[in-house]
Amino acid sequence: MKSLDPRVERLPDIGEPGIIKPKAPLDQFGTYEVFVMPKEGKPFQHEGIVHAPNLELAFILAKEAFTRRFTCVSLYVTDTRNVYVSPLTEGSANVYDLIPQVTESNKGKEQFEIYHLTKRGKQHVHVKAVEAGSPQEAMYVAKQQLNSGKPIFNIWAIRTSDIRFTSAEENDLWVTLPDKKFRDAAEYKGGDKLKEFLEARVK
Amino acid sequence: MYGGGNTFEGVKTESVALEDPIKLSEFEARIERGEKIEPKDWMPQLYRKQLIRMIEQHAHSEIIGALPEGTWITRAPGFKRKMALMAKVQDEVGHAQLLYSAAETLGKPREKMIEDLINGKSKYSNIFNYPTFTWADCCFISWLVDAGAIVNQLANAKGSYGPYCRALDRICAEESFHLKYGHHCVIYLATGTAKQRQMFQEALNRWWPPMMHFFGPSDKISTHTEVLMKWKVKMGTNDDMRNQFLDMYVPKIWELGFTIPDPLLQKNSNTGKWEYTEPDWEEFKRVINGGGPCNKERLEVRRIAEERGKWVRDAMKSSKAAYVTPLA
Repeated sequence: MKSLDPRVERLPDIGEPGIIKPKAPLDQFGTYEVFVMPKEGKPFQHEGIVHAPNLELAFILAKEAFTRRFTCVSLYVTDTRNVYVSPLTEGSANVYDLIPQVTESNKGKEQFEIYHLTKRGKQHVHVKAVEAGSPQEAMYVAKQQLNSGKPIFNIWAIRTSDIRFTSAEENDLWVTLPDKKFRDAAEYKGGDKLKEFLEARVK
Repeated sequence: MYGGGNTFEGVKTESVALEDPIKLSEFEARIERGEKIEPKDWMPQLYRKQLIRMIEQHAHSEIIGALPEGTWITRAPGFKRKMALMAKVQDEVGHAQLLYSAAETLGKPREKMIEDLINGKSKYSNIFNYPTFTWADCCFISWLVDAGAIVNQLANAKGSYGPYCRALDRICAEESFHLKYGHHCVIYLATGTAKQRQMFQEALNRWWPPMMHFFGPSDKISTHTEVLMKWKVKMGTNDDMRNQFLDMYVPKIWELGFTIPDPLLQKNSNTGKWEYTEPDWEEFKRVINGGGPCNKERLEVRRIAEERGKWVRDAMKSSKAAYVTPLA
């Protein structure tokens, strides 16, 4: 291929120009939801998704995609299929009014993390962990414990055991962030040079 | 980096009349109140289709836009510029990831979008079909093309679709570094040697016409898109965006003592609007339709990268992971 960039010219000839074959469904990565704790003491909030072949790689890709700059204390990921989602409401309708009563299970209880959407257009934010026998029950337990009557538009529930948390040894993943000044707008001050230039031009 | 101008050409609005009128009016009332639309909400077919098209094009523009700059990483003058440019290119590709995710919430899988890019079915920002001959071309992109993209992105961030707005909020925060970095690069060229000044002046001469194209065809010839404006998919007309860009950046270019290659360029003090030579819209169409100097190269580089990455994807493939539509 002719190019100004010698590295482009050296690219190997593979496949056919202009044609890419559709990928088989199995050749596609899974979807994982990413949550970030932006500051110490702040709750985790939903940041977005990554596609990855497994939970461990999802964690690494999430670190690269969402925590390259600004402060970050902790990060976790979970398979999108493990997020249980309530209906979505609007206006002054509280979604907790739509959560049906569930008979308390007496079998083994598990811990579920509960997230609220308090403003449409904003992120889901972590509220609390509850004990329940099923995701449906977790939503009902949340209704009893977390429903202040103020409208909540959407609730997510995730089994704590389905989450890939940042481990204690990994807490130093972000300690070098403040050193990466080259990513910081404040590092590119051209004002003095510009001023000097403009003053010289006036003369 | 994204110029939103060409996105809405040839929009057919007939399907709106077939929508459920009650649901449609609730949908429009929600947007009117300034509330965001979320993936699970009811939405008109046209809204979904146009948003997918717009967000997908935006994502492709980030990926393809990284190529003309990325090619300069190894030749950027000095270690500091290399570090910065690498960080910037990494950001651009990261922005594509965020944007693909937002488009996916509307039901189009990411792999399908990548296929459509490579097969030439979906477009990207036209300006990246031009080559970066010198380091100054790369600086022009970092400063002024990014500046143009920020004008678009800040407007779009006030749009109606929740996942897109959230992605744009993150993106705009990072773009402030790109803009400052780009301006810094240009200040250094402007205050440098005569040769450096000449280099940037030449880059400016080359890039000004595509920069004027960046915001899309003039409102005089562009298809009317009232319904998309009402639904807050499109947040301003192409000419409004262009004018806003000129207002903010022409004085900064002039301040550095460079000449913009358009003798008619001036601000009309009565209307407050910029006047300029009408950009060559035939050239714009020709380049969008594949006739630009780099269209073929950009898509080939992308396709070969995809082909060469196949063995890595195969090695990591797992039957336990499954593609599903993202939640928000």
